[in-house]
Amino acid sequence: MINSLFLISHSGDIFLEKHWKSVISRSVCDYFLEAKEKAGDPENVAPVLQTPHHYLISIYRGKLFFLSVTQTEVPPLFVIEFLHRVADTFQDYFGDCSEVLIKENTVTVYELLEEMLDNGFPLATESNVLKEMIRPPTILRSVVNTLTGTTVFAEIQGVIEACVKLTGMPDLTLSFMNPRLLDDVSFHPCVRFKRWESEHVLSFIPPDGNFRLMSYHVSSQNLVAIPVYVKQNISFLETGSCGRLDITIGPKQTMGKTVESLMVTIPMPKSVLSVNLTATQGTYTFDLTTKVVLWDVGKLNPQKLPNLRGSISIQTGAPKPEENPSINIDMKLQQLAISGLKVSRLDMYGEKYKPFKGVKYVTKAGKFQVRT
Amino acid sequence: MSTTALYNDQQGGAEAAVEAGQESTATSSSSGAAFGLFSTDFKKNEDLKEMLESNKESLKLEAMKRIVQLISKGKNASDLFPAVVKNVASKNIELKKLVYVYLVRYAEEQQDLALLSISTFQRALKDPNQFIRASALRVLSSIRVPIIVPIMMLAIKEAASDLSPYVRKTSAHAIQKLYSLDADQKEQLIEVIEKLLKDKSTLVAGSVVMAFEEVCPDRIDLIHRNYRKLCNLLVDVEEWGQVVIINMLTRYARTQFTSPWKEDGIFDENEKAFYDSDSEEKQGQREAKPYIMDPDHRLLLRNTKPLLQSRNTAVVMAVAQLYWHLAPKHEVSIVTKSLVRLLRSHREVQYVVLQNIATMSIQRKGMFEPYMKSFYVRSTDATHIKTLKLEILTNLANEANISTILREFQTYVKSQDKAFAAATIQAIGRCATNISEVTDTCLNGLVLLLSNRDETVVAESVVVIKKLLQTQPTQHSDIIKHMAKLFDNITVPMARASILWLMGEYCERVPKIAPDVLRKMAKTFTAEEDIVKLQTVNLAAKLYLTNSKQTKLLTQYILNLGKYDQNYDIRDRTRFIRQLIVPSEKSGALNKYARRILLASKPAPVLESAFKDRDRFQLGTLSHSLNIKTTGYQELSDWPAVAPDPSVRNVEVIEPVQEWAPSLGKAKKPKSDDKFYSDDEEKDEEGSGSGSEDSSSSSSSGSSEESGSESEEESSRDLEKTSSDSEKSSSGSEASSSESESQQKEKKRAKKVTPRKSKQTAADSGSDENGNGPLGKTSSSSAESSSSEESDSSEDSDSDSPAPQKKTVGKTKPKVEVKSKKEVSLLDLDDFSPAPPSAPKSSVFSSSLLSDLEGLSLSNVSSAMQVTTSSFGPVKTYELLHHMTGKGLSAKYHFPRQPCLYQPSMVAVQVILTNSSDHSLEEIHIGDRSPASLNVHCFNTVERLEPGASVSVSMGIDFSDSTQAANFQLCTKEDQFSVSIQPAVGELVMPSTMKEPDFCSEQRKLMGMNETSATIAMATANTSKQNISKQVLSVANVGVVSSDQNNLQRFAGRTVSSGALVLVTLELRESSTALLTINTEKTVMASMLLRDLKQALYQA
Repeated sequence: MINSLFLISHSGDIFLEKHWKSVISRSVCDYFLEAKEKAGDPENVAPVLQTPHHYLISIYRGKLFFLSVTQTEVPPLFVIEFLHRVADTFQDYFGDCSEVLIKENTVTVYELLEEMLDNGFPLATESNVLKEMIRPPTILRSVVNTLTGTTVFAEIQGVIEACVKLTGMPDLTLSFMNPRLLDDVSFHPCVRFKRWESEHVLSFIPPDGNFRLMSYHVSSQNLVAIPVYVKQNISFLETGSCGRLDITIGPKQTMGKTVESLMVTIPMPKSVLSVNLTATQGTYTFDLTTKVVLWDVGKLNPQKLPNLRGSISIQTGAPKPEENPSINIDMKLQQLAISGLKVSRLDMYGEKYKPFKGVKYVTKAGKFQVRT
Repeated sequence: MSTTALYNDQQGGAEAAVEAGQESTATSSSSGAAFGLFSTDFKKNEDLKEMLESNKESLKLEAMKRIVQLISKGKNASDLFPAVVKNVASKNIELKKLVYVYLVRYAEEQQDLALLSISTFQRALKDPNQFIRASALRVLSSIRVPIIVPIMMLAIKEAASDLSPYVRKTSAHAIQKLYSLDADQKEQLIEVIEKLLKDKSTLVAGSVVMAFEEVCPDRIDLIHRNYRKLCNLLVDVEEWGQVVIINMLTRYARTQFTSPWKEDGIFDENEKAFYDSDSEEKQGQREAKPYIMDPDHRLLLRNTKPLLQSRNTAVVMAVAQLYWHLAPKHEVSIVTKSLVRLLRSHREVQYVVLQNIATMSIQRKGMFEPYMKSFYVRSTDATHIKTLKLEILTNLANEANISTILREFQTYVKSQDKAFAAATIQAIGRCATNISEVTDTCLNGLVLLLSNRDETVVAESVVVIKKLLQTQPTQHSDIIKHMAKLFDNITVPMARASILWLMGEYCERVPKIAPDVLRKMAKTFTAEEDIVKLQTVNLAAKLYLTNSKQTKLLTQYILNLGKYDQNYDIRDRTRFIRQLIVPSEKSGALNKYARRILLASKPAPVLESAFKDRDRFQLGTLSHSLNIKTTGYQELSDWPAVAPDPSVRNVEVIEPVQEWAPSLGKAKKPKSDDKFYSDDEEKDEEGSGSGSEDSSSSSSSGSSEESGSESEEESSRDLEKTSSDSEKSSSGSEASSSESESQQKEKKRAKKVTPRKSKQTAADSGSDENGNGPLGKTSSSSAESSSSEESDSSEDSDSDSPAPQKKTVGKTKPKVEVKSKKEVSLLDLDDFSPAPPSAPKSSVFSSSLLSDLEGLSLSNVSSAMQVTTSSFGPVKTYELLHHMTGKGLSAKYHFPRQPCLYQPSMVAVQVILTNSSDHSLEEIHIGDRSPASLNVHCFNTVERLEPGASVSVSMGIDFSDSTQAANFQLCTKEDQFSVSIQPAVGELVMPSTMKEPDFCSEQRKLMGMNETSATIAMATANTSKQNISKQVLSVANVGVVSSDQNNLQRFAGRTVSSGALVLVTLELRESSTALLTINTEKTVMASMLLRDLKQALYQA
C-alpha cells in the first residue's frame, strides 16, 4: 500500500518525509516536481503519476502537496482518501493545515502518521481515536455537555456538521421535519444505515468532538431559489485598449434574512493590465499576477444595492478578449437553510443527564458562477 | 558497518556520505547538503547524545523530539543509534514511542545494535495490556533485520491466537512485513493467514485480507469457507478494510460464479423465483432459461449495496466497480448516483472517479445520461478534470442530447484555456463522426472556427476537418477551397500538413487551386517543418499523376529539393516517389500502378475515445488510472463457463446442497422482522446475511476494545454451537449484541421460522396465479435498480380488478409535439441544415433511430428515479396477437406501470408470449415497425418456446406522449405478424410525488390554455374517497397527493416522454357530481384523459 509520504511545499521544498516500509530516496520526488513544473498551476498536476519504479499519488491541500509513494497496485482513491484524511487530521489538531504549523509540530505530526498507518495500511483514522493516543498541542477539553449541529448548505448540496461533547455512551436520534427532501446521502460510519432506510431518522452513537455526520444532496426537482441576482455589463471595446465593467448585486428571495460575507471574484483575461473601478460598498482589489478582481462587499443592503463600476485597461496591441470573464459569487445566509431542510428533534438515550442542544442553519454559495 | 559508524565521529561527514551511498537510502541528498555544515551538525548530534545519556527524562524527551525532527527532514541521525537504543526500555510512554519511531527508521542500517532492543520487545509481547502487546509486535515486525525472522515468526503465531482482536489485527499486518523481509516464510505465513481468515472479528477481517492479497492472492481456496462470513461482516469492517475485502471478493466472484450477463432480460425473473418460491414451484417456472444466480453471488451484491452510502470515496468506488464487474447489467445503474456524488468531493477524487466514469460511459451511455449536467465544465476546473469531463460528454452524446452538448461545447471553444479549447474541437469532431445527423452542422461550425484568431484553435479545427472530410468526401470542395485560402495564414505545422494532404487527396475536385498551392509550397519548401515537407512531396506526386501538364516541372523541382534535404525520411520519401511516378527503365512494373497506389481510396480514420481499451483493467485500480499494468496487478478472470462446486463455501456440510439452497432463502425471511430494513428492501434482502446488518448497531456502539473482544469470543462460541443455522445466516455478530440472551434468541428464532415461511410462500403463490406473476416479479427486480422509493409490489398483485378502460382512445394527433431537438446552432451558424427527412409517415419522431437504438441496446437508465412507482397496479391485459391469427403464437400485453429500464422516455410494456400450437416456436423477435422512427426497445429474441409454454418479456416503447398506436411485427422463425399496441392515455403518465403546496403552486402555473375541466356525474358507489382514487388510478398512472381537504382530491403525474406535469383535481359537489380539472401543457392529453376519467367515474 503506501510506502512513504512526502510533504512538499508550494515552492517545491520537501520538508517532511515518513516511511512505513523500507526507505525510499526522496529523489523520487523529482519526477513529481518535474510534472509540477510542467503543469504550471499546482491544481493541474495529475494526482496519479508513474515513475520507472514507483507510483506517485498526490493531493494538493492548503498550498501543500501530500505525495505518497507506492510500489504496487493499490486503488488510487484509497490513497487519495487517506491523504485527505491525514490533512483533515492536521487541520483538526493544529487548526489549519499549513507548512508553518506542520513544521512547528513535527513531532506530533510524526506520531500521528505513525498511528495512522501500519505497514502502509490505515490503522486509526478517526479523530477521536487518535486524540486518545496523541494529545493535540493545545488541550481544549471542555467538560460542558454541549451539542451543536451546524447545518451548512451549498446550492442544493449540504452537510450536517456535528460538534458533540457528551460523556458516556449517548445514543442520539436526529429526525427531520422533511427527510423526503434528501435525495442522496452519505453518512459517517457511526450512523445506522438501517434506521435511515426504514424511518428516515439518523440514529447514532457519536464520536467526541467535531465530525461530519452526514452529507446530502437535494434533488434538483426542488431546485432552490438563488438568493441574489446579478446585473452585469462587461464589455471590451473592439478598438482601443479599454473596456467597461458594471456590476450590481441585489437580493432575491432571501426570506427576510440578510446576505452576508458577499464576495465577488472575477478572473480577468490575461491581457488586462489594470482596472480602475469604484465600489459603492466594500472594497475591491486587483491582483496583478493572477489578474483577479476581488470585491469584498460584506452585507447586502437591500435599500442601497452595491455596485462596482469603472474601466478596464488592456495591453495595447492585444486583441480584444474573446470571452467575457465569468463572475464568481460567494455568500452566506445565517439561520436559513435554503433547501428547506429542518431538523425536527434530537433525542438522547442511554445517558441520564440533560444535554444542551442547538442547531444552526447556514446557507453558503457553492460554486456560483455567472457566465457573462 | 555500524560499528565503524560508531567510531568515525572524528572523520565525520565524508564517511557518512559514503555509507549513505552504500545503503542507497534517502540520505544521500541530505547528507550532501549537510556536508558543508558538517561541523555544526556534528556538534548538534554530540549534544543530543549527551542529553540522551543524562538521567533526566525531560532532557531525553527533548533530545528524542529533536532527533525525530531530523528524521522527518530526511537528515541522517543514524550515528545516535547506540544512545537511543538504550532508552527502548524506558517507562515513559511518550519517550518510548519516539524511540520506536527511531528504531523502525534505522534498524535496517544498524542491524547488530538493533538486536539489543529485541529482548525488550519479547518481554512486551507478554504484557497484560493489549496495546503494549500490539505496539511491541508492530515495532518488532517493522525492524527489517533478517536475523530475527524466527523470532518474528514466533511472535506472529502467538499474536494470531491472542485474545485481543487488536493484537490479532497487528499480527495480520506483521505477516506482510515478514513476508517482504523473507519470502521463504511463505508457507508458514499462509498457515497463519488461514487461521486469521477464520477470525470472526471485524477488526481483523480487513487486515488479514490485505495480508492474503500480498502474500498469496492466488490461494483462492482459502477464501471459500470464509466467503459468507466476509460478506456478512463487511458492513461492520472499518472502511479501509472494506475496500480491500470488496476488491478481493470481486476477483473471487469472477472465478466462482457464472456470468449473469448472458440472458439478461429473462434471468432476473428466474432469480427472483428462486428466492421467492419453494423449490417445487421453481421447477415449474423454469421454462425459459436455466441461469440462476448463485445465492452467494447475490449475497455479495446485496451486502455491498449499503456501502454505496459510505462517506469514504474509496469504499463507494470499490462497490461501484464490484457492481460493474459482477452485477447483472440492469442492476449496475444503481451505482450511478453514488458515483456522481463523488464528483462533489476533492479535485483528486473527481479525477479518479471521472476516469472510471469515462470508461463506463463508453459501454453504458444510459447510466450517466440523466446526470449529463454534472459533467459540464466549470472554468475553475483543473485542466485534467476539464478534459475528462469533455471525454465523458462526448461519450454520452446521442441524437437526443447532441444539440445541448454542442451548445455547451460552443462555450468551451471560447475558453481561455487554449489546450482545452483544442480538446473541445477534437470532441466536436468525434461527435460529428459518431452522430451522422450533426456531421454537417459540426463541419460548418468548424469551418467558421477557421477564422478564429487563435492559432491553436484554427490548427485543431483544420486537423479535425481533415478527418471529417475523409469520412464523407463528397461535395465538400467549398470547404477545401476555403482552407486553401487560409493556408497562408496558418503556421501550425500539423494544420498545414493536413491541408496539403486534403489538397492532394481531393485534387481532382479542386483542379485549379491545388497546383497553385503546390507552387507556393515550392517557394517555401526549405523553410517548412518535416511533416509539412512530407505532405508537400505527397501533394506533388498526386498532382503529377492527375495533372502532369501543369505540375510536371514543379514536381521535379520539389523532388530535387527533397533529395538533398537534411532529414533522411524526406530523402527516402522523395526517392521512393520519384521511382514510383516518373517512368524509367529501373522503375519497372510498379510504375503502372502508381496512380492506384497513391490515389487509392483510404479508409476514414475512426475517431474514438482514449478510454476505449481501458476496460481491460479492473475499474478503480491504479492500473486503470494509469492505463498500464502495474506491479502486483491481479487480473480479473473471465467468468467460468461452468461454476465450480458451490458447496466449497459451505462451512459445516450437514445437508446436501440442493436442499440447502432454497432453505437459505427461507431461513432468512423471519429475520427481516428484527431488522431495521424497510419493506422495500425486504425483497432484495431475503437470503442475505441479515446478521451483519443487525450487528452494525451493536458493534458501532460497542467500540471499546474490551467489550469488543469479549463479544467476539462469545459470538464465536455461539457460532460453533449453532453452526448449521447461524453460519448461513451468520447471526454471530447479532448474537454478540446480547451475549447472555443468545441462546434464548436462538430458540425464538427457530420458532419464528415456521409461520413466516408459510406466509411467504402464500404470498408468492398469490402473485404467481396472477397472470404468471410477471408484475410482481418485474417490479421487485426493478426495485433494485430504481430508487428505494419502491412500494411493496406484492400488494399490487392482490389489488382488485381494474376499471374498464377504453382501448380505442382515439386516433389522433401524430403531431403532439415536434421536438425542439434540432435547434442546433453551433457557433451561430445560419446555414444549419436539418437532418435528412425521414420516412414520410413519421412526423413525430426524428429520423435518427438507427444509432439511437444502438445506444439503447446497452443502456439501462436509472433516471426514472424521481418518478415514484404507482401504488396501484392495473392488471388489465390486452390482446396483442390471437393464437388463431398467430398460427399458434398468442401474445398479450399489459402496462406494468414501472419506470422503463431502458430509457426514461419509454413506457414499459410487458408482453406474455404463449405457444398454443403443437410444435415449438423459434426465434420470436420484433421485426419492422411503423412509424419507421418508432423508438422501441425490443425484448431479447426468445430462442425457443415449447408447445404450451409461455414466457413473459418486457419491452419499452417511446410513444412520445401520443396515443398513436405503435405498430410492429412480431416474428417467429417462419412467420411475421403485424401487431399494434395502442396505449391508453393514462399509461403515458408516470406518477409524481408532490406535496399539496407544491401541487397548488404548479397548478397556478398551468392555468388558462393549459387547464381543462368539466363537471361530471358520478356513480353513487364512487363517491367515497377511496373509490375515487381507485377509479382514477385505474385509468391513469398518477400518484395521489395527500390532502387534508375532504372534498378535494388531487393526483399528480408526469408524461413519460417529455416529463410534462399532469395535475388532476377532483372537487366533489353535491348530488354525485364533481368538478374534474386537469392542468397540463399537453392539452390534447388532457382532454383525452378527461374523457377517460369521466367514463370511469360514471360507471363502476
